Amino acid sequence: MTRGARHLLFAFGGTLVAVLFVWGVLGMPQFGSTDHPYRDRSVHAAAQHETPNVVAAVNFDQRGFDTLGEESIFFASVIGAAALLRPTKEEREQQKSGGGGVGDVMASTRFAGYVLLPLTLLVGFDVVAHGHVTPGGGFQGGVVLATGFHVIYVAGRYDALEKVRPVTLFENGEVLGALAFAGLGFAGIAISGSFLSNVIPFGSFGSFLSAGTVEVLNFAVGVEVACGVIVLLAHFFEQAIKLRDGSRAES
Amino acid sequence: MNELVLIVVLTLVAAAGTAVVMTNAPERQAVTFAYFGITLTLLFLALQAPDVALSQLAVGTAFIPLMVMLAIRKIRRGRS
Repeated sequence: MTRGARHLLFAFGGTLVAVLFVWGVLGMPQFGSTDHPYRDRSVHAAAQHETPNVVAAVNFDQRGFDTLGEESIFFASVIGAAALLRPTKEEREQQKSGGGGVGDVMASTRFAGYVLLPLTLLVGFDVVAHGHVTPGGGFQGGVVLATGFHVIYVAGRYDALEKVRPVTLFENGEVLGALAFAGLGFAGIAISGSFLSNVIPFGSFGSFLSAGTVEVLNFAVGVEVACGVIVLLAHFFEQAIKLRDGSRAES
Repeated sequence: MNELVLIVVLTLVAAAGTAVVMTNAPERQAVTFAYFGITLTLLFLALQAPDVALSQLAVGTAFIPLMVMLAIRKIRRGRS
């Protein structure tokens, strides 16, 4: 395609998007107004499935298929980043001499790290487990869990972080979480005939065991996101810290 | 009252966003970016979107700055 044709195609597509966007924005309810037809419908649908957190109901029940797409994007981007960051052949040979010991960290920082580690993990579990009743859910809790692990690194112990973080285990965990999400979707087809339909008993409004598949899907996403973020950061750490000694020896 | 809260928080977001743009060194920018993330979290909270606020807090103030710092560290090491 020539440059001129490309510009023409962009001008056409760009104008179309701009017109549709302005048209859409003009049709939106006023900021701060009380008239929200979509909200009324989704709140009603969430209440029918005993899900107090309407956002979770929209994400995992009413629009579960969209969320499966988002999870797939996350899954694919972790794999893509891991493939880009994998050590080259030379780096892998240098890596044998590498390894981080105890960093030069203030005692107070190290103490804060050890206090914050269990607290952060607990908050992460709580956010995942109660995603269907209170704000939060699998994604938020998963990120908290994954970054919580790295408090060990802030406390100056990269070697300890490596011990509690066997990367292959978390790689498998990420796959397991993604498979569980899709599997629950197919279970919906098998039981009620439609993908990702809420086939688990709803329970009573506001209790821990309620909201049917919303809670289970939250757990699946929590496992996938926590493992995925840990794997992603592990590759960044490997590049930034483990390969340090190698590049030093080179220069 | 609601509007007052929104005006204050939006001003904070604008100030923090400007601070990120005005910061030159990338490793300092990771820190100002984390502060910008906190102000965005407050904005989402003020707009009654606690789910989004939690996502923003976890991703914008912890995950992204850590990734940026690690990437900078790798680049610096490659240069020296």
